[in-house]
Amino acid sequence: MSEKPKIALYWCASCGGCEESVVDLAEDILFVVDNVDIVLWPVGLDFKKKDVEAMPDGSIVASLINGAIRTTEQEEMARMLRRKSQVVIAYGACAQLGGIPGLANQFSLETILKFVYEEAPSVVNELKTRPLERFKDNGRTTELPGLWNVVRTLDQVIDVEYYIPGCPPSPKLLKEAVLALLSGHLPPVGTVLAPDIALCEECSKKDTKPTDLKFESFKRTHLWEVDPEKCLLSQGFLCMGPATRSGCGALCVEGNMPCTGCYGPTSRVRDQGAKFLSSISSSIGADSVEDIDKILVGIPDPVGTFYRYGLPGSMLKRKVVL
Amino acid sequence: MEKKNGQIRIGFYICHCGSNIASMVDVAKVSEYAASLPNVVVSKDYKYMCSDPGQEMIINDIKENNLTRVVVAACSPFLHENTFRNATFQGGLNQFYFQMVNTREHNAWVHLEAMATTEKALDLVRAAIYRVAEHKPLERKKVPIHPDVLVLGGGIAGIHSALTLANAGKKVYLVEREPTIGGHMAMFDKTFPTLDCAACILTPKMSAVKNHPNIVLWTYAEIVGLDGFVGSYKAKIKHKPRYIIEELCVGCNDCIEACVYKEARFLDEFNQGLSKRKPVYMPFPQATPQIVLIDPETCIHFKSAKCSQTCVTSCERNAVDLQQQPRFEEIEVGTVIVATGFKPVDARKVPYYGYGNFPGVYTALEVERLINASGPTQGEVVLRDGSHPKTIGIVHCVGSRDKHTNQWCSRVCCLYSVKLAHLLKEHTGADIYNFYIDMRTPGKMMEEFYNRIAEEGMKFIRGRVADIYPDRDDPQRKRLIVKAEDTLIQEIIKIPVDMVVLSTGLEPREDAQEVRRMLNITCSTEGFYIERHPKLAPVNTFTDGIFLAGCCQGPKDIPDTVAQAGAAAAEVLALIDKGYIEIEPNTAYINEEECSGCKSCVPLCPYTAISYIEEKKKAFINEALCKGCGTCVAACPSGSIIQNLFEDEEIFSEIEGILNFRNIQREMSYA
Repeated sequence: MSEKPKIALYWCASCGGCEESVVDLAEDILFVVDNVDIVLWPVGLDFKKKDVEAMPDGSIVASLINGAIRTTEQEEMARMLRRKSQVVIAYGACAQLGGIPGLANQFSLETILKFVYEEAPSVVNELKTRPLERFKDNGRTTELPGLWNVVRTLDQVIDVEYYIPGCPPSPKLLKEAVLALLSGHLPPVGTVLAPDIALCEECSKKDTKPTDLKFESFKRTHLWEVDPEKCLLSQGFLCMGPATRSGCGALCVEGNMPCTGCYGPTSRVRDQGAKFLSSISSSIGADSVEDIDKILVGIPDPVGTFYRYGLPGSMLKRKVVL
Repeated sequence: MEKKNGQIRIGFYICHCGSNIASMVDVAKVSEYAASLPNVVVSKDYKYMCSDPGQEMIINDIKENNLTRVVVAACSPFLHENTFRNATFQGGLNQFYFQMVNTREHNAWVHLEAMATTEKALDLVRAAIYRVAEHKPLERKKVPIHPDVLVLGGGIAGIHSALTLANAGKKVYLVEREPTIGGHMAMFDKTFPTLDCAACILTPKMSAVKNHPNIVLWTYAEIVGLDGFVGSYKAKIKHKPRYIIEELCVGCNDCIEACVYKEARFLDEFNQGLSKRKPVYMPFPQATPQIVLIDPETCIHFKSAKCSQTCVTSCERNAVDLQQQPRFEEIEVGTVIVATGFKPVDARKVPYYGYGNFPGVYTALEVERLINASGPTQGEVVLRDGSHPKTIGIVHCVGSRDKHTNQWCSRVCCLYSVKLAHLLKEHTGADIYNFYIDMRTPGKMMEEFYNRIAEEGMKFIRGRVADIYPDRDDPQRKRLIVKAEDTLIQEIIKIPVDMVVLSTGLEPREDAQEVRRMLNITCSTEGFYIERHPKLAPVNTFTDGIFLAGCCQGPKDIPDTVAQAGAAAAEVLALIDKGYIEIEPNTAYINEEECSGCKSCVPLCPYTAISYIEEKKKAFINEALCKGCGTCVAACPSGSIIQNLFEDEEIFSEIEGILNFRNIQREMSYA
């Protein structure tokens, strides 16, 4: 057996973008595979659950788990990897904060299933067939994982040592995390492995933001032309940059799309959405309730705007009565 | 619970406040409950925590039990936070290792059910005990104070404050928006209860102000901006154009004589429109300073530019300058006294009393001028139609004690009505009827004054006047009927009179709100400026270094106004002579490495304490300017602004404490 440290990569409720970001290491991936043994990576390599189960507890140096936790299977795999690993890293926005799947916490499971299997415009399902957890046919039983009623972050299910933020994380952060793991120089448990300063720090448009900004309306990018030279927030586009951790190189903003907040808050903020809402509200240029209402027309989906990646990990977590 | 600032050992105390708290809150139960909370080592209740023995108890307990934190549940922090912080300090701890629970004003005094109050006390106490564990040691900073003082308003309040300070050797800027100082008092004939002449008291003080080497008197000037903080304010003053060069004018009035208007044609403001003046005028003979001014609203030059400008040519000193523009000046002061006064209620607000419709209806201030020897009629009470009144009705509480106008009692109207009754009787010999709701004559010699005047044969009718209308039986329709219910005989009475005097109440000046915002002080719902505490800090505002004097704080008579003006001057002197100010450490600061330079906070600071450092591309808070309002803290999207005493951990622990009520429901069963 090789003496190289063992690494596991796993996905839960996620889109696959995080897997993509591993591949985005490009030639650096050769460095990674030279230095570690990947013992589980369903999207890339043919190892099975039973292979990992057979390994002694704590024998994996680090598991990088992406995706939120919605199904019983995801929870089971997370718990198993926790047992086998010295370090678990929540990889990407979904594992860290709940991510896009976490927006489902605004709706009951029944509402979601009914829409997906019956009401969505593209669905034809006259028998209203729903997936079943157990199905018997010819004496054989087929099982599907069950769905929990809410989406949870990884650390709401198992203990997590570190977090790599992003939707998806930048390959640079992954590489730095792997180097840190190999060197053994690890930061305090609970650290998010990204710069602890907001995105404006690395934004090329920062200097164009005025010091007396007041919001009189909010614009949405599909309706208005973006001035590529100017701070997007100062143009009225809700850019989450000021409330979002840096480390991505301001990729979206450089591409003239407002930051949507996927790197989550800095370590000093408990609730990214509430904090940004608090910040934005402080600078609303309105004198009356009617003026405020007019301005709010520009934010048709507040949860999807302020909590796009972080509802389950926020202080709100979910709609109170689902 | 491991804490980074050492082991937490909390001493908890709840005050009975005599029976103020203990009658509504089961203090023994609260003390017993607090003892069961985490980190609490000592828990006691005591009759008067603020007394010496109460404070001694805290000091000794800290030493004997190695306490590291103190929580006292008592009255408002406004009253005794400093007392207990000091006791905490005397015990050997940092004074900010203390948290106060207001279980009197916020609890015992505002609820009716003793059981609910006790439960609320438990919640508040739990919140404070959770919070205090997160407290950090803080230090107060000292900053020097600028010795100059700005006094806003040149009525009797401003005059008295300014003179007191100037006599103590302080430099005072007295800023008055009208062309002369003197305020309302200068319009009065005599003052109650002594009936001494207002001018005799006031004019010497006015000229003392004018001539005082320590007073810079600016009339026809207004404050338009105030920046800074206690000890170091910057005030921007606007000098409105008089069209007269103030330094050159000696008040010879030659220009008035020379004005192309040979007759005075415009309503005289000082005489309440009962006489006429020219476009160039002296507000009144004793106006201080003795400088004329030109009213551009009525002057031909300003209206048509076709005037021969006889005023300009008549002035030997070349003091007339029709091109004058507003001039702005910035001054630095350490403290401000606000003595901006009041406004009489517009009598038109009570339309059924007919002011403005019936010529026989006057306001009290108009009557003050009518009976004044230097007034429009040299003290002869002549009605608008030239006749002399034989019967006069004085209507009290016009625009006071009435939910349609102002709810408050204006406090001076009963007594000035009695005074006017006396003076009118003296001047006219007329029959005088006073219509009152209640006679309110508080204060030294006031009831005696009322009794004395009542014996002069005045008629006092207890009833609010319902209507005033022309008498149909009077062929000339000049006589008015005053209709009221005499509540003492329970009959509707109708009294025909020749003259009606409306005793209008006092209300805040029209721009009181604007001024309040500019000075950043607070006002009550009715619009009068609020003192910091009615008993403990009656002339302070919630903004340090800004003090109140006179009727801008609420209606009051001249003796009380002068007393308050003196008190405000004393408070200012106490600050100046100490030489420095200690600032509360609850200020905000920015962690430079954590600030992304997003600039969200910069425009929000009401005290302009935040600047953006272009070289570093970071925001910076000037702690000397910061008042600890927390606006920037809430607005910083990356949580990089921290406020001392209001750090996230402290607030979240407090919230956690207040919401952790489930524990109690289990522990507290009211059997």
